[in-house]
Amino acid sequence: MTETDTHTTIEEVATIELEVFRYQPEKASAPSFDTFTVPLYDEWVILDALNHIKDELDGSLSYRWSCRMGVCGSCGMMANGDAVLTCAAFLKDYAPGPIRIEPLANFPVARDLIIGMDDFMEKLNRVKPWVVNENGKSLEEGEYLQTPAELDDFKQYTMCINCMLCYSACPIYGMEPEFVGPAVIALAQRYNLDLRDHGNEERMDILSADDGIWQCTFVGECSEVCPKHVDPAGAIQRYKVEATNSWWKSKLMPWGK
Amino acid sequence: MTVSYGRYKKYHPWLYQPRHPILWWIKKWAYVRFILRETTSLAVMFYAVVLVLYVNAVSKGPEAFAAFSEWLASPLSISLHSVAFLFAVFHSYTWFNLAPKAMVVRVGTKKVPESVILGANYAMWAGVSIVLFWILTTI
Amino acid sequence: MVKRSNEPFWWALFGAGGVVAALTVPVLLLLTGLAFPLGWLPAPGYEALNELFSHLLVRLAILVIVSLSAFHWAHRFRFTLYDGLQIKHLNAPVAFLCYGSAVAFTVLAAVSLYTF
Repeated sequence: MTETDTHTTIEEVATIELEVFRYQPEKASAPSFDTFTVPLYDEWVILDALNHIKDELDGSLSYRWSCRMGVCGSCGMMANGDAVLTCAAFLKDYAPGPIRIEPLANFPVARDLIIGMDDFMEKLNRVKPWVVNENGKSLEEGEYLQTPAELDDFKQYTMCINCMLCYSACPIYGMEPEFVGPAVIALAQRYNLDLRDHGNEERMDILSADDGIWQCTFVGECSEVCPKHVDPAGAIQRYKVEATNSWWKSKLMPWGK
Repeated sequence: MTVSYGRYKKYHPWLYQPRHPILWWIKKWAYVRFILRETTSLAVMFYAVVLVLYVNAVSKGPEAFAAFSEWLASPLSISLHSVAFLFAVFHSYTWFNLAPKAMVVRVGTKKVPESVILGANYAMWAGVSIVLFWILTTI
Repeated sequence: MVKRSNEPFWWALFGAGGVVAALTVPVLLLLTGLAFPLGWLPAPGYEALNELFSHLLVRLAILVIVSLSAFHWAHRFRFTLYDGLQIKHLNAPVAFLCYGSAVAFTVLAAVSLYTF
């Protein structure tokens, strides 16, 4: 078997072990770990290793992935207890290994490394993540104009790729599954701060409910693991201030709006 | 929490979800730091109680105040206060570091950089401390 | 329509208490709890403190500091119990205990400071 010029021959390539979480409910009711040895190439990420395992070593391994370049948010998993996008985590950073690969924490596992994300999708839908503008401009009136400063206000929150790493890092979500969660709040803020949107009041009903922002105790890990630097923790704290101001205004000046 | 998979009938998924461990925060230094930050509230409450007792001792007269001052110099009080002081400083440090996240201040169209807000907070802390220090040491 | 929570009330007190405690507690604790008892700095005598606390404004300031600190503790400790011991299902009793203590403490402190 020939190798390209940039690779050494198979016998000389270093290897690394991956301990991969397996859960195949039709075979066993309890999960287990399988150990695989994969080549340790400089340019390989964990996703490459998983693809190698599925292609060469064990075709039954199930996992999600798509773009392999950090924009689709499909390949989130736990590597040595940290939530990462496996397409962005280089094997050499974990050398000499072994690397423990587990499904995204705080989610129910359907099979192997695949988690059930229905809860997240339902919550995302709840906060209406679209521009709410019933009486908007007609097409003939032209486009909405936004200054760079106005865009800057919410641009950070548009970067969310729904990878759910923040939900894995959030201990509150782990303990209280009703918690709306960091990404959903950040995405709600993306629309709240967009001047074309008029959905603030509707979203505040959802976000300022008991299972909304008030469960958050600002652990801050969500922002630490976010691969797109969305800073959901900051979005939540800003929204707490806004919701508090709104609440006090409604109590002290109930006639106003 | 129940999840339905619609028309996915043939392979009914048995979902695996272990219970969240009660000592979940031991696993990562970031979580330990979070729990430490939250326990600083105990130091704050401790001192609030002590301060009220302090004023109360003064109001009761010189003997009561002398007795309270003696307790303040006792090993128990000194150790409690030492620990509380460390936690109180940690509270201030973490509080001011997180404050810029909650407030986004704009001057005109430009956002005030976080370092400026941080500096203003620390300046206020220094100012208040100096004033209180001056009051208590020059009476 | 989902009911909006009344948490903002407690959160506002928590925030105010946090700021007040962050600004005042370290220096006050250092002086009255360590520097004066250990003799690092000359401690103010009984007469000086008596004169200082005789001013109503001073006692009012102290009441604000200790009361807000207590509500800061109450809110934060309530969530520490939820996060640390996972007893969120005991929401009502825990909240009552925490905020109730803060209210009781405020009342006691107000009475004590007023009758100086």
